[in-house]
Amino acid sequence: MSEYIDHDHNGTTVGQVEKQFFTFAGKEDPLLLESGASIGPVTLAYETCGTLNADRSNAVLILHALSGDSHVAGYYTPEDPKPGWWDIMVGPGKGIDTDRYFVICTNILGSCMGSTGPASVNPETGIPYGTDFPLITIGDMVRAQKMLMDHLGIQKLLAVVGGSVGGMQVLEWCVRYPDHVASAVALATTCRHSALAIAFNEVARQSIMADPNWCNGHYYEGPKPGMGLAIARMIGHITYLSDESMRLKFGRRLQNKSALSFEFGAEFQVESYLQYQGRKFIERFDANSFLYITKAADYFDLAREHGKGSLVKAFSKCLARFLVVSYTSDWLYPTYQSKEMVTAMKKNNLDVSFCEIEAQWGHDAFLLPNGKLDQLMKGFLNRVSHESAPV
Amino acid sequence: MCPMNPLRYDLQIIASWITPGARVLELGCGEGDLLLWLRQNRQVRERGIEIKESKVVKCIEKGISVLQGDINTEIMDYPDQAFDFAICSQTLQQVYDPVFLIRSMLRVADRCVVSFPNFGHYKTRVQLMFTGCAPVTKELPYEWYDTPNIRVLSLRDFENFTRQAGFRILKKAAINTKNHQMEGKTVTFLPNLSATYGIFLIGHQ
Repeated sequence: MSEYIDHDHNGTTVGQVEKQFFTFAGKEDPLLLESGASIGPVTLAYETCGTLNADRSNAVLILHALSGDSHVAGYYTPEDPKPGWWDIMVGPGKGIDTDRYFVICTNILGSCMGSTGPASVNPETGIPYGTDFPLITIGDMVRAQKMLMDHLGIQKLLAVVGGSVGGMQVLEWCVRYPDHVASAVALATTCRHSALAIAFNEVARQSIMADPNWCNGHYYEGPKPGMGLAIARMIGHITYLSDESMRLKFGRRLQNKSALSFEFGAEFQVESYLQYQGRKFIERFDANSFLYITKAADYFDLAREHGKGSLVKAFSKCLARFLVVSYTSDWLYPTYQSKEMVTAMKKNNLDVSFCEIEAQWGHDAFLLPNGKLDQLMKGFLNRVSHESAPV
Repeated sequence: MCPMNPLRYDLQIIASWITPGARVLELGCGEGDLLLWLRQNRQVRERGIEIKESKVVKCIEKGISVLQGDINTEIMDYPDQAFDFAICSQTLQQVYDPVFLIRSMLRVADRCVVSFPNFGHYKTRVQLMFTGCAPVTKELPYEWYDTPNIRVLSLRDFENFTRQAGFRILKKAAINTKNHQMEGKTVTFLPNLSATYGIFLIGHQ
């Protein structure tokens, strides 16, 4: 996902929020991972907005995508120049209304925004894990999130909501913990990566690993593999846009000049944009986290993991009511992939709504201001909040 | 609860045939008026299929469960007898393969409701007779070159068809509507000549 952090145009906000931490799984009882490895202690960074009601039935868990964090909405300080990454959706009276719902967003396991990941210090060695960090899966991320929900005393989530890699976690939640999820919103996501998606991720990973500063992942003492990570991010951004959105946004326009200069600098606006996105990303993101999370996304296969190869079987234990949304111009997770999950849900007689929103902005569309998505979210959550019985 | 718009007359008839608490699938559910009414007044468990994105958004906004897609393909993925009723209102005349669609409806549901504008209405007959041109009426407002109504049928045609295809008509209503179909009455005298719409409840033979 990209960074489209926008101030809400109406100026409404959840106000000040605080990043909190939950640590579990000590040395004695580490978190056993799907790979067979184990880690501990594990810390998850999370933020909440809104108020948990008396019967704890209004909790909405938001799951972020590849490069997101727990800072979903609001500001850390009054001077904070930027709100959280989904401030346009989460707040008083917004699509996910914090006057009605208690919103939780947690940084995923393996990331670098406060939760345990490859940049965290390995208690065994006293230095950052680097590539000694075990490979993690979407299932591992969700199991860690479940520990946090238990810690917060939330037995059943009113909704799990997420787009892209966040949407994979949404699906994983519903399949893994059917009794703990009343409803689910899966945006611009997939039950498994296509070869195309894996291919882009692999090129991105190779660019990091080819950076001489990467040093097999143990670079925390020295210079960082910034060039590799920046190129990886540039590749990502190509997949988040679309032919149409690039044509509209950049075309063949030149950056700050009117004629070609016959050199290898960034001449076209699209080149300059990608380089800017790459530079901005390396200031805040860890290259190893990028490797681990993209790998987890590539490994994700709901049918293989939970249905012995059958997606219909994978959804057979699900009880949640679903809202699935795809975007017409998303070529990373095209509509046919959303339809595949919808079909499997239908075959299980699950209550599913599906909408393919017409949008020209490619995969990233779910993060951009879109009145239709607000309406869908509001209507859907309103229905489930009226119908799901308190635990 | 949001204030209800009054239901279109033909939908009122359909609604009166639906048993409380039933599982209902509507093909081509538009903005979900019928399904919302049925949920609020008959406590049905509803599902809709609608192809137009803007209408799908309206449905979900109302809290209706709806899938965006083509009714002919979307109906195929439901398990057998997943519903008590499948409804296809004012769309049958636009379906390429009505036999397949009705068979599919009776596969996924115990009974199905279909309705369509009656091409046997006297105004249509008179227009064709005296102008020699393809009729254009309030119920069938299109020209021959832009009409989505690819199947031209009258109430009598449909009854003949059900006999041949092996469907059983459980209930039928011939209606005459006015005021943008908001009001109307059922027609018993020469229905194939004087009704603007036909509504049929169909079951297995």
